[in-house]
Amino acid sequence: MEPLSWGGVFSGIFVQFMPVWISLILAYAVSIRFKRRLGLFGKLFDSPVGMIGFGIVMFWVFTAVFAGMIITMDPLAQFSGSKNAIVGSALKAPDDGAYTHFLLGADHVARDVFSRMVMGARDVLKIAPAATVFAFMVGVTLGLPAGYFGGALDTVLSFLANLVLAFPVILLFYLLVTPEIVKTGIPIYFAAVLFLFPVIFFTILFNSRFFTNPPKRNLFVGLTLVFGLWAYSGLAFNMDPTGVFSMDPNLLNVFVSVVFVNSPGVFRIVRGMVMDIKTRDYVAAGQTRGEGPWYIMLWEILPNARGPLIVDFCLRIGYTTILLGTLGFFGLGVSPESPDWGSTIDDGRKLLSIVPHPALVPAIALMSLVLGLNLLADGLREESLKD
Amino acid sequence: MLFFILRRLGVMVLTALALTFIVFYLTNLPPNLEKLAKSEASVRMTDDQVVSWIENNGFNTPVLARYGEWLGVLPGWVKTMDDGEVRGRCIPKGSDAALAPGYCGLMQGTWGTSTVFKKPVTAVLARGLGQTGWLMLAVMLVMVPTSLVLGVLSGMREGSRTDRVLSTFAIATTATPEYVSGVIFIALFASATTGISPILASWGWIEGKTLFMGTATSAMDNITFWNFALPVMTIALYGIGYIARMTRASMTEVMTAQYIRTARLKGVSFRQVVLRHALRNALIAPFTVIMLQFPWLLNGVVIVETLFNYKGFGWTLVQAAGNNDIELLLGCSVVAVFVVLVTQLISDVGYVFLNPRIRLS
Repeated sequence: MEPLSWGGVFSGIFVQFMPVWISLILAYAVSIRFKRRLGLFGKLFDSPVGMIGFGIVMFWVFTAVFAGMIITMDPLAQFSGSKNAIVGSALKAPDDGAYTHFLLGADHVARDVFSRMVMGARDVLKIAPAATVFAFMVGVTLGLPAGYFGGALDTVLSFLANLVLAFPVILLFYLLVTPEIVKTGIPIYFAAVLFLFPVIFFTILFNSRFFTNPPKRNLFVGLTLVFGLWAYSGLAFNMDPTGVFSMDPNLLNVFVSVVFVNSPGVFRIVRGMVMDIKTRDYVAAGQTRGEGPWYIMLWEILPNARGPLIVDFCLRIGYTTILLGTLGFFGLGVSPESPDWGSTIDDGRKLLSIVPHPALVPAIALMSLVLGLNLLADGLREESLKD
Repeated sequence: MLFFILRRLGVMVLTALALTFIVFYLTNLPPNLEKLAKSEASVRMTDDQVVSWIENNGFNTPVLARYGEWLGVLPGWVKTMDDGEVRGRCIPKGSDAALAPGYCGLMQGTWGTSTVFKKPVTAVLARGLGQTGWLMLAVMLVMVPTSLVLGVLSGMREGSRTDRVLSTFAIATTATPEYVSGVIFIALFASATTGISPILASWGWIEGKTLFMGTATSAMDNITFWNFALPVMTIALYGIGYIARMTRASMTEVMTAQYIRTARLKGVSFRQVVLRHALRNALIAPFTVIMLQFPWLLNGVVIVETLFNYKGFGWTLVQAAGNNDIELLLGCSVVAVFVVLVTQLISDVGYVFLNPRIRLS
């Protein structure tokens, strides 16, 4: 078999990504067609920066979704005799009907770089957005009362938040993400506290909204509690009787550490915005009407703080991606074999000056995803300021 | 003002105590101590032997008490073995127990011994910090002027083409963490097979195989442009984008202020307005940002020193954490926490000093 030329490599990659291109075209067509009805999201398509960012982010999201169709080989399989094979080289002994070339070469144990990069997108996008959502739940649930009530509560919570923020991130990771820590069960305590916040958040959210209408309140709060505590028991303690929710201990550890590092930042932003918004007249009007503090916080202040929070959410997913990469880079990732981008960069860096491609490919992938998220955030900020 | 600084100092000390205690607690967890026992005494110890080793070396007291001993506010433990030998925290092996001081901890200057390097922690840290100092100096010299110039240039005329180009550049650099830019730099400039080095070598423009060096190990003895430029650029790049964006935001705000318009209407040239009137006020906010960048630079230092194999503070931290070197890791975290808190204090106090509006109110 002849090795592929650069043109062959690019067309090969283009063909493999076909499901992604089709979905991207569909996503753009639908979004632009219904742009006026989609609120802030629709307005994104008025700003070129936002559109480019949205394109890059959706590219990786669709890559993660269709990863099974895009990969050319098993990302964990090793092909003997192809160690450090260069970009576009042919397989020594391809199976019948299987893909015949390493599109982006092979790494130091002869695994296909392209397939690993694609599968890595799935790994990263499984953790980063979810961890950011949890960090937001924690930050919002604590930031709202801290900003609204102030006083001793605010002093204590702010001190704790500053404590975590003053911690050098790498040191914290080295202390928290180790096999020894998993043995002591500390990640489970962390998870027990951090994973409780989404349940608390939604319970208060529905209770404050519907407490004048008990049947409806009981329905919503009951559903939240049943479903939330079910997921909670599975995710935090791995004790879900039905086995739907579970998390690998290593993954749990990484996840919890990332949430823990991120939530003080969210807390600070939410607290600052609440302190600003609570001086507005509509909040005073709500207080005069006799509305409860939690109703005002969750249903009057929070929706008015959504613009900056959405922007921060996009930026923070990017930041979380960088953090996950850092963890992988120091070999603290989910599992040593995992194709996530940070670990792959770490694997590739030992031979970096001789065979750069195994490290370069995930590096560029990670950079483009974070760049896309930053551009998306920039576009959203620009459009939300236009109101 | 004095009260403000005193209060900040109080909070700072409290934070430092809390942070060091957390590090102490996490490094002194039972599994870590077991690992330490096995690596110090013998790998094939039975569980009973491990327990007795931990007892004989004073690790079985409550964590808070050990933290006090480590800090130097509680007297070090002393224990008489079955064979009559007196061991203690402050008694080095083979010396007379009667001469040993009662307290030995951080405050008395006893930082312990590194198990990896077999040297006092202070010596290891001093060497690492010396190396990192040069790196940081170079980073600051590159990062601060570049980012301020970029930020001022793009904030000067908001929405102009320069602004668009520079802002995009700033966004791109903030999306490139150190481990990504380092890898790209090495592939571009320091690889014998890819990037520009093979081309330059075939033209005969460079003597060696690569333009820049892929490791900075040689820079520890002799810093040259060719072995130091890549690590410095890698750290600086991530910070440049962030500081430039902050400077831009502050500059655009100043440029719309009343007094700038007045100056323009009085016929002062644009150049004069920017240099004389706008710049001074626009640079107050970036000062805080630069100061608060130090904790981030610490991150970058750890990554870059690992990637380029430069044996400074960051490399020491990785070695300590990877090899369960408890005392060295504690020493590293004391230094890290100190740097972070001092820069926070400087940024707070400096902001008040620099901004006359805050002083008046």
